[in-house]
Amino acid sequence: MVGMKITFKHLFVPEVTIQYPEIKVPMAERVRNRLYVNMDDCIGCDQCARACPVNCIEIETVKSLPTEDLGKTSNGKKKALWVTKFNIDIAKCCYCQLCVFPCPTECIYMTDVYEFAEFEREDLLYKFATLTPAQAEEKKNNFDVFQAEKEAAKVAAAEKAAAEKAAAAKAAAEKAAEEKKDDSKTDEE
Amino acid sequence: MYDIILNITGSEILSMIISAALPLFLFILPFALVAVLAERKVSAFMQDRLGPTRVGPKGTLQTVADILKLFQKEDIIPSEADKKLFNLAPILVFAGSFAVFAAIPFSGAYIGTMADVGVFYIIAISSLVVAGILMAGWASNNKYSLLGAVRSVSQIISYEIPTALVILSLVMLAGTLNMYDLTNMQTEYFWNWFIFGGPATGIQKILLIPFMVVGFVIIYISTLAEVNRTPFDIPEAESELVAGYHTEYSGMKFAIFFLAEYANMFAVSAIVATLFFGGFQSPFGYIGNLLGAEWMIPIEQFLWFTVKGLFFVFVQMWLRWTLPRLRVDQLMALCWKYLIPYAFVNLIIIGIISLI
Amino acid sequence: MAIKTEEMVLNMGPQHPSTHGVLRLELKLSGELITGVTPHIGYLHRCFEKHCEAMTYPQVIPYTDRMDYLASMYNNFGYVTAVEKLMGIEVPERVEYIRIIMGELQRIASHMVAIGTNGLDIGAFTPFLYLFRDREKILSLFEMTCGARLLYNYMWIGGVSHDLHPDFLRLTKEFIDYFRPNITELNNLLSYNKIFVERTANVGVLPADVAINYGMTGPNLRASGINYDLRKDEPYSIYDRFDFNVPVGEGKMGTLGDCWDRYYMRVLEMEESLKIVEQAIAQIPDGDVHSAIPKRIKPPVGSIYHRVENPRGELGYFIVSDGSMNPFRVKVRPPSFVSLELMDELCKGHLVSDVVAILGSIDIVLGEVDR
Repeated sequence: MVGMKITFKHLFVPEVTIQYPEIKVPMAERVRNRLYVNMDDCIGCDQCARACPVNCIEIETVKSLPTEDLGKTSNGKKKALWVTKFNIDIAKCCYCQLCVFPCPTECIYMTDVYEFAEFEREDLLYKFATLTPAQAEEKKNNFDVFQAEKEAAKVAAAEKAAAEKAAAAKAAAEKAAEEKKDDSKTDEE
Repeated sequence: MYDIILNITGSEILSMIISAALPLFLFILPFALVAVLAERKVSAFMQDRLGPTRVGPKGTLQTVADILKLFQKEDIIPSEADKKLFNLAPILVFAGSFAVFAAIPFSGAYIGTMADVGVFYIIAISSLVVAGILMAGWASNNKYSLLGAVRSVSQIISYEIPTALVILSLVMLAGTLNMYDLTNMQTEYFWNWFIFGGPATGIQKILLIPFMVVGFVIIYISTLAEVNRTPFDIPEAESELVAGYHTEYSGMKFAIFFLAEYANMFAVSAIVATLFFGGFQSPFGYIGNLLGAEWMIPIEQFLWFTVKGLFFVFVQMWLRWTLPRLRVDQLMALCWKYLIPYAFVNLIIIGIISLI
Repeated sequence: MAIKTEEMVLNMGPQHPSTHGVLRLELKLSGELITGVTPHIGYLHRCFEKHCEAMTYPQVIPYTDRMDYLASMYNNFGYVTAVEKLMGIEVPERVEYIRIIMGELQRIASHMVAIGTNGLDIGAFTPFLYLFRDREKILSLFEMTCGARLLYNYMWIGGVSHDLHPDFLRLTKEFIDYFRPNITELNNLLSYNKIFVERTANVGVLPADVAINYGMTGPNLRASGINYDLRKDEPYSIYDRFDFNVPVGEGKMGTLGDCWDRYYMRVLEMEESLKIVEQAIAQIPDGDVHSAIPKRIKPPVGSIYHRVENPRGELGYFIVSDGSMNPFRVKVRPPSFVSLELMDELCKGHLVSDVVAILGSIDIVLGEVDR
């Protein structure tokens, strides 16, 4: 009977239901929902991919040429890597937040977006890289060419150095031979 | 009602059928629809949440949507099931629940059949449900359903005994089995209602009141068990037997079981209201009498009848959402060890008092 | 002449409204009396222990969350304190206090689910919803601190991931004041309800010596009359600074160690946890929560077994380290696994309806049983 009094009292307590699509619950500040990467700040250090327990982040980078200017990150450091691929498979992500902390520029963070359901599974692979595939190819080629040139230059420089060294050795040997002749000459007088 | 139709059609059989069957389609079916929605809303408000709100204004068309959904579902019959019994079972349950309404007086001007054995007929025909449930459980070829059906059958036939005993004591006091006469005896203000002793006077009435209250409690609990409502809803206990005897039914047949349950709920509430609380009589007298408009009285009586029936249905729902379930053997112990002895003692004492 | 009867085998299959997860119970019945119960588990096995060998130590923490998903903070707690003990790290005072507050709030939330589903199985639909409404408040406290509602990844090796939100202490105090009268309401509605008592008293009686022989711990053991709580007998973290009682079963409504006792232990423990949280809030010092987190987590070679008091019993972690960044072996001793073995003992001689009541009262979570 006591129970009946309690349920009867609750008939008049206002409901706690929130009518979802029209009214949404305000989210807390630190809430962990969909990931977002601010590519302007990303320096391609790969720390977030290494910290992820489910391996949902894939990063590929290309070294830039010394002549190219990639701009600065928001805390003043100069960027040195082109990020050609930055994929996050948000279907694999377990929302654990372990990738947010190692980032040195704080460019990867969790937003409060939670309504991102898609119809196709492939749409859940988020691609954040800002270079188009053509550009990425171009950068890669640039770097390969640069690398090849550097190799060639290195080889040439090595040869030159070897040649110079040989020439210097020859000159030194000739000089030594001349001095010896001078010595023997003075010895004779 | 019978006479009016008799004048129109001139055939006794036709008018009898129409006058008895009309309340089903005008009153009980819409009531069953409303009751489903009311249950969901009442349970929701008791649990601090809103019930259905999207379909129709404030969710009022929810049951219509449910019935439409059940209509268009595929009718699945398990391959090893006994097809004839499987199809027959819902019809029997339906018939058993709805046939009771023929003998209940809805208002002063209308009663389905003016049988002189009204009360006896009600007790007898509500046992048809037992056969239907057992058929449903057996024909489903499912161990769970059989368990549920067997439990339900034992529950219903056990609890019919206290019901019959209390009704017997009342009938002894009143001297008639006719429901219409029973209601008319409780006329003129609420202290003539049977729960307050009935139309007896003086010391007899005062002595009767506590025993009538005890009788009312016994019959209310017994009828709760007859309709398989919590705390006696073992046959359809969701967490144990996954819906018991109607597990294997889908589509329209399930809808029939569903509606039959709610109609049965109203039937027993109406019986309790008629026997103890004055049926269609108003507690204070009729506005029609005050205003001198005689035609208003049957309508008022109908309104009072509905209000009382709905109140008892609400109390049934209230109990469902408050109390946990009883176990099968505790249920049986309650019936045979407590309710039946009390009902017997009640019967004897009322009999003695009525001799005074 | 004896009648030849056969035993019926009834299958409460993996999909059932009232087994707490995917569990298959094979019941052998003779009529309605049970003669044997065989639980079949493994439907939720996710190879947690093997997986840990491929992860670094901090990366294991989100995986420990997902074992007992109703008490994630405690799983984190156990793992993190085990690794810290192995590495010999001392955490700041503030971190200890925060961990205890979170752990006890998590205990209250977990018991709410246990009590609610226990009532739901018996047929009382309403207390379940009232408790869930209150549980939402705890979950929003957690969301305010670390951002997630169920699987937190909050406790790190050497500290916690975020410091407390500035409003957290005030809101927790409000929650405590709000929840205390609700426990009284719950008692009136469910615990002392005559039908509930009849359903659960004298059902599934667990004698104390049987419990100890099987290795039961937690509220199930305490309900049989044995006063054994890891927080008091082998205090870890700073539990020895708090003043709280350990509820022990007394057989108030029937035999000692029946389902009602196990259920009531949880209600009393919620009250005790509220006391601990109150004291911790009053005593919490300031400090930096990230100061003791090492840059590289490379424990020395060795092994350690550390246990904590989960809401369900004793949760143990056995970690073997070979000096590298990945653990060599992580073994978990889940309390629900041990509790589930007792189903056969407890259910003999009862009816089918009692199986459900007993299963609800020993409070298992299949994520923990199967890992």
